Amino acid sequence: MNWSEMISPRVQAIPPSGIRKFFDLASGVEDVISLGVGEPDFVTPWHIREAAFYSLEQGDTMYTSNYGLLELREEIANLLKRDYKLEYNPKNQILVTVGVSEALDLALRALLKEGEEVLLPEPCYVSYEPSTLLAGGKVVRIKTKAEDNFKLRAKDLREAITSKSKVLVLCYPSNPTGATMDKEDLEEIAEVVKEHNLIVLSDEIYSRLTYEGEHTSFATLEGMKERTILFNGFSKAYAMTGWRVGYVAAPEEILQAMMKIHQYTMLCAPIVSQKAALEALRNGDREVEKMVKSYNQRRRVIVKGLNEIGLECFKPKGSFYVFPSIKSTGLSSDEFAERLLKEEGVVVIPGNVFGESGEGFIRCSYASSLDNIYEALKRIERFIKKL
Amino acid sequence: MRDDILELLKNNSKLSHEQIATMLDLSVKEVEDEIIQLEEKNVIVKYSTLIDWDKTDKELVSALIDVKVTPERDFGFDAVAKRIYKFPEVNSVHLMSGGYDLSVQVEGRTMKEVALFVAEKLSTIEHVQSTATHFMLKTYKKDGVIFKGENKPAERLVVSP
Repeated sequence: MNWSEMISPRVQAIPPSGIRKFFDLASGVEDVISLGVGEPDFVTPWHIREAAFYSLEQGDTMYTSNYGLLELREEIANLLKRDYKLEYNPKNQILVTVGVSEALDLALRALLKEGEEVLLPEPCYVSYEPSTLLAGGKVVRIKTKAEDNFKLRAKDLREAITSKSKVLVLCYPSNPTGATMDKEDLEEIAEVVKEHNLIVLSDEIYSRLTYEGEHTSFATLEGMKERTILFNGFSKAYAMTGWRVGYVAAPEEILQAMMKIHQYTMLCAPIVSQKAALEALRNGDREVEKMVKSYNQRRRVIVKGLNEIGLECFKPKGSFYVFPSIKSTGLSSDEFAERLLKEEGVVVIPGNVFGESGEGFIRCSYASSLDNIYEALKRIERFIKKL
Repeated sequence: MRDDILELLKNNSKLSHEQIATMLDLSVKEVEDEIIQLEEKNVIVKYSTLIDWDKTDKELVSALIDVKVTPERDFGFDAVAKRIYKFPEVNSVHLMSGGYDLSVQVEGRTMKEVALFVAEKLSTIEHVQSTATHFMLKTYKKDGVIFKGENKPAERLVVSP
């Protein structure tokens, strides 16, 4: 069998993940300290795990509605109203998905016609491009700059738009840079979005991890709710990555279209995860606050540490990543990350994995213990002194 | 600021003033001054280390003793408590609500040593009505920390999205 002829060209066109390559490299090195992990280092709070045990004990082992449990959707609607004053009807405007990743895939597949363009401000999360390609779309990247604190500027967005532009993906607070956009920044973007009739996919998975200022949900801006698909989930704020549960809030028409795909692929998110998510929303605030406080303390330590070592690093206001420049070392992102791993056993992710404008930077996650962060900083310093 | 400093030191008393200052976005001087005040006011009573003695060769027996006391006018519980907490064998003393009055934690090298302490020292104190001794067999959790061996650390991928 000649599989290369059999496999879909869309899949063949997708390059292997740069993050994956580092996973393979790192597995051959001993005594590794990883700043490469994009997930909380906390275990899901006990009361949430306990709720899941209880639900299993009660025999919750069936499918749920395709939309997800109604009581969960109601709690999600309450949360969106409480935190952002956004009103969504839990019956037909909220869909529970298998993580935000599934939700993004659904939205892109529901929206894109062959060759339509998706605008991606970069550096950005590694899945956006492959998901777009798999949905038949075309990616148009918009470079953001360190001197702008990696914010998307309206001017740059405008320049990237063509007659085929349809979707703009926003992810703030950002993976990998930690950048946030305040209300004024987003209002400028909203103007352009309206002018060019774009749909915005707003990935707000890191919204609760905002340390300075307030998170502005894109849908709250005037006229934007009707053209925004809002994504969020439980992975980051509630330390629930492995539960795979996220959600979408969107106008009914697009939600129904996404639902169609969801019901024939995933059918529904796992019921145990949904029950756990319900507990997280009802009683999880205190634990979230504790975790956020801890990330914030570590953020200050790593930003200061990197700057002292000489890796210039702007102080990100959200998520749990920092994105220091390594240009002063004269190495490329790839060389830096590979040598740092081989010579000092520290895993960081080369910035170019997240797009061309990430070249000259590395992503370090501070969702790691303080001891690990200090040890990693010590090793990075030793590495740089040797260069 | 005060609560944050205390919280950090409670979890790790080895943190330096510089580290605390960075974590809380304060100056080193502010942290130093605050900690000196907390020490002077006896809010920070002592810096100590939480040890799982079960993993060492040291023989150590702990017992919790429920003590019933006859309180007397102008005498109260404080004086009895003071008589009890002065003994070096006594690790902690709490005044309790409920079925007994004082909860006393005693440490010794052997069960016999603890038992003798209770029989000869504790129960003979005036105003001590009765005692009930409970030996601690194993520590699972102390001061909010689950002792290792009970919980497997979560295994994470070295690299993930």
